[in-house]
Amino acid sequence: MEHIRTPKVEQVKLLDRFNNKTTTGTLYLTATHLIFVESNVPGAHEIWILHHHIASVEKLSLTTSGCPLLIQCRNFRVVHFVVPRERDCHDVYSSLLRLLRPVSYDELYAFSYNPKQNEQQREVGWQLIDLTAEFERLGLPCDQWQLSDVNRDYKVCETYPRDLYVPITASKPIIVGSSKFRSKGRFPVLTYFYQEKKAAVCRCSQPLSGFSARCLEDEHMLQAISKANHNSRFVYVMDTRPKLNALANRAAGKGYENEDNYSNIRFQFVGIENIHVMRASLQKLLEVVGTRSLSVNDYLLGLESSGWLRHIKAIVDAAIFLTKAVTVEGASVLVHCSDGWDRTAQVCALGALLMDPYYRTLKGFMVLIEKEWISFGHKFADRCDQLDGDPREVSPVFTQFLDCVWQLMEQFPQAFEFSEWFLIQLHEHVHSCQFGNFLGNSQRQREELQLKDRTYSLWAHLLSEQHNYLNPVYSPSFAERHPVLEPSTQPWNFKFWRNMYHQFDRTMHPRQSILKHTLTLKESNSKLEDTAHTLQAKLQTLGVSTSPLELHSWSREHRLPPRPQSLILGAPLSRKEAQQEEEVLGEEALEDAPDGNGGERTVEGSSATENGYGELQSSFSSKNEPAMVSLEFGVARMTC
Amino acid sequence: MEFAELIKTPRVDGVVLHRPFLPTVEGTLCLTGHHLILSSRQDNTEELWLLHANIDAIEKRFIGSLGTIIVKCKDLRIIQLDIPGMEECLNIANSIEALSTLDSVSLMYPFFYRPMFEVIEDGWNLFLPEEAFKELESMTDEWRLSEVNKDFSICPSYPALVTVPKDIDDDSLCKAATFRHGGRFPVLSYYHKKNGMVIMRASQPLTGTSGRRCKEDEKLINATLRAGKRGYIIDTRTIAVAQQAKARGGGFEQEANYPQWRRIHKAIERTNILQESLIKIVEACNDHSNSMDRWLSKLEASNWQSQVKEILTTACLAAQCIDREGASVLVHGTEGTDSTLQVTSLAQIILEPACRTVRGFQALVEREWLQAGHPFQQRCAQSAYSNEKLRSEAPVFLLFLDCVWQILRQFPCSFQFNEHFLVMLFEHTYASQFGTFLGTTAAERVKLKLSQKTVSLWSWVNRPQELERFLNPLYEPNSLVIWPSVAPQSLLLWEGVFLRWNRSTKCLDEAYEEMVHIIEYNKELQLKVWVRSSAAGQRRFMGPCISHMHILSL
Repeated sequence: MEHIRTPKVEQVKLLDRFNNKTTTGTLYLTATHLIFVESNVPGAHEIWILHHHIASVEKLSLTTSGCPLLIQCRNFRVVHFVVPRERDCHDVYSSLLRLLRPVSYDELYAFSYNPKQNEQQREVGWQLIDLTAEFERLGLPCDQWQLSDVNRDYKVCETYPRDLYVPITASKPIIVGSSKFRSKGRFPVLTYFYQEKKAAVCRCSQPLSGFSARCLEDEHMLQAISKANHNSRFVYVMDTRPKLNALANRAAGKGYENEDNYSNIRFQFVGIENIHVMRASLQKLLEVVGTRSLSVNDYLLGLESSGWLRHIKAIVDAAIFLTKAVTVEGASVLVHCSDGWDRTAQVCALGALLMDPYYRTLKGFMVLIEKEWISFGHKFADRCDQLDGDPREVSPVFTQFLDCVWQLMEQFPQAFEFSEWFLIQLHEHVHSCQFGNFLGNSQRQREELQLKDRTYSLWAHLLSEQHNYLNPVYSPSFAERHPVLEPSTQPWNFKFWRNMYHQFDRTMHPRQSILKHTLTLKESNSKLEDTAHTLQAKLQTLGVSTSPLELHSWSREHRLPPRPQSLILGAPLSRKEAQQEEEVLGEEALEDAPDGNGGERTVEGSSATENGYGELQSSFSSKNEPAMVSLEFGVARMTC
Repeated sequence: MEFAELIKTPRVDGVVLHRPFLPTVEGTLCLTGHHLILSSRQDNTEELWLLHANIDAIEKRFIGSLGTIIVKCKDLRIIQLDIPGMEECLNIANSIEALSTLDSVSLMYPFFYRPMFEVIEDGWNLFLPEEAFKELESMTDEWRLSEVNKDFSICPSYPALVTVPKDIDDDSLCKAATFRHGGRFPVLSYYHKKNGMVIMRASQPLTGTSGRRCKEDEKLINATLRAGKRGYIIDTRTIAVAQQAKARGGGFEQEANYPQWRRIHKAIERTNILQESLIKIVEACNDHSNSMDRWLSKLEASNWQSQVKEILTTACLAAQCIDREGASVLVHGTEGTDSTLQVTSLAQIILEPACRTVRGFQALVEREWLQAGHPFQQRCAQSAYSNEKLRSEAPVFLLFLDCVWQILRQFPCSFQFNEHFLVMLFEHTYASQFGTFLGTTAAERVKLKLSQKTVSLWSWVNRPQELERFLNPLYEPNSLVIWPSVAPQSLLLWEGVFLRWNRSTKCLDEAYEEMVHIIEYNKELQLKVWVRSSAAGQRRFMGPCISHMHILSL
């Protein structure tokens, strides 16, 4: 690769960002990854960092031990290398600078990634999630809503999908007229249909109303939406922005619906902040939680001043408002923000998740993302900074959505078929550019890139290893009892998602994972059931048998494919892994560990050195009495 | 019966009880000497039995002739009683106030309580110092059990039997006791069998401003060190606080006089500050204003999580000295009855797997809290709602339980007991039918004849039918030292205590049940497979849990 100046640097130190632990190893630079391999350790620890995941590379000022290189990743990994020679460091640095800023889509990993599938498998993968089937599931088209071909060629709105559902009374001229009155042509269309009450959730962008402009077609359009629902005399219009922002937009010829001009609407501001506020908020949050020796009070104050949880709560509050309007009042709701692809996507998707248990299944969640985010043109390329673009377009809008879903999981542990690990994997791949799904900013662009022919689908990949993402306590009957989720919005229900934002900081996590433990047991249960049946059958055929039986359906070797090492899932899965872990940790006492005997053992003491309980810098030799002795653990050795 | 004088209206009909997340109950309210009882007198509804001792504060409100009493409990629950009739309401309120603030220990409910169960294993005899010493003796001969305090005259807050270095005679102990606050001379708290290192605990030395020293104290401490070894003294106070203590006759060990020891100062807060912290965090958790920023800033201002972090960090430090540095540790603060015990007991949970079992934890509470003289009755006289002037109330033990819960959350498979067990202990320290947490010292407990006149909490807890609720289904004995993370991101708010009455846990409880089901089912299946395969002459399937299960059937 022409951008790689130095493919390999030896004797590189990796510093842990929260304690003084260092590991030495070799750094490799490939066309797609930056790889660090710990040296001189059997079963060496490896770190693979995809170039696309790197958000920034910084060269810090030279120290006595070498040249520090600080790399921050979009998946919240932060690595701190010290390269012995300044020259090498500069080479790595400049190579990375070029590699992490691809200028054209062709450079993205997805176009070179090959999971060893044939064409047919690739095609099947792309067909797994089918939005036409999804609208059929919702009972569409129906007597009030029809499929419109107005956007077949992306002529009316180039950021919308081709297939759009509109009220039967909305004629083509009305649609076209309405689209001209809406920012980026994003006119009101249906995105979710609550069959029980025949209420629709529709989405659009802000109207170009300025201070006084009107548009009869747009007013007709809303009228049509309202009339399509006989349960309610009015339609809610949710402007998800803070009122001040919407007012300011009027000066630019945009704005919000005037209740006097639209008959039968109920207008409501929700107050979710814009992408710039959200970007700054996450940045502040990461700054706070990345601080070494953080005190509890600085942590809590930082959490507050970052505003992150306040924003998360605002989105959940909005989704609850939407859900209540639809499921309790039976009213249709039109949701918009400015362009209708960020906050609108968050609120519509989260609302649908609250209303419809289907979206809480693994596949349903994929459908939901495919629909609300991918097809309706959430600008993944811009927001996730896939190409070297405008940094002001980058914003953690989708991350926030995942965060909101996690908050719901915490309140309803049995409602979701998938676990938080699935959310974290999604977050990983939204930024990895390894699969085609999230590339580009709109469906039209994706078609132009011929993604379905040139890249693979993430959904197929995730489904193929879905056993890793299942929630062991998921209960389909919970969905029957709670078709609509009603989360509490008391502030203490909104928590810092440590497993996301610290996913690579192993010292912060529980050392034993209930999720992993339960998941393993559940998997073992179905294997055991099979074995029990097989044995039963054999016993019956043999009567009181004396001949040994061939048993193969349950043993450790016949387990499912190994679960990738995950810090989130925490504890090692098996005895062997546990031992590896111990070795990594180095000095942990194992001498009287219980006999494994093939049993599960998910036990591990973490290392005291990693946690930094206090500073033991012992010096018994010093004569003068220090006011306070600080000791660096693991370093302290008592002399004299 | 003097209780009768305090009860003007023993019974009111048509009282409505409001509890968060539960349907209202209308019924008859009865007051007895020790309980407030509300019963709807229908077969299927549960009755409310509230110990007066559990009531922390009450508020009265009147709308017309309907009176309302808000009852705030020490377990942090808040309930509301609507009582028809102003006079009845006032009478009830006055009676509750009087009955919930009785000062005399001997009037407490444990002295009246008669168990409805047969005491099979008497909790009072379960954790005797002699027994603990026998175990120590099997590992080392460096220690002896001293009866120097048998009449509690040397140290009123120590038990009759204490473990001290073998080479130190009782006379030296007496002299060392005069040099320590409250007579609490250094005694053995924990012996780490892996390397023979120990945790000792004491109170502050009485050096005063003149820098007094005591040869016997120095000798006693040094006698705990093996040849050529060094130790750490962990003073739970900051250096500034320790310096100030000199003016009042206290102080800390001058390194010149204890050359084999290094002193470390930590910053565990004193009791009144801890109580304020409790009041604030409870206030924050009961604030339903719904604003994120307000919640976070109140949580921060309460400082509760900071206290948890500081205590946990200090305990980890002590454990680290023992296990990693191979150095013995002496822990003390001022009196040696509060922060000292938090540190020594938590360090044992980190170091010693036995302390993570139900029995081991009970033994730890007995040894490091009850016998070590933590003044439960003073510390737990009032909780977060009381309007009374604070005396020496402080949630010292609750903070310890919170720290244990934090470790439990980080090592969910390493504890034999579950969160309910910790919450139950919290409840019983503040109000209980059992005598275990009555009194302030071992001496007082003997004087009160608690073991004869009251039932031990352990007698009840250890009955199989009770114990079941407190067992952790995920438990797999872990023989390792467990090092918790003390990063703020790793410490959680103990919702099971602080949000217990402010949220519905139905969904969480059901999920927990499902998890238990998966675990139980797994055991059942392993057994089935093992039985069937052995029936088929195939004995390879020895599942890990088979050995201690009974073989039921095919």
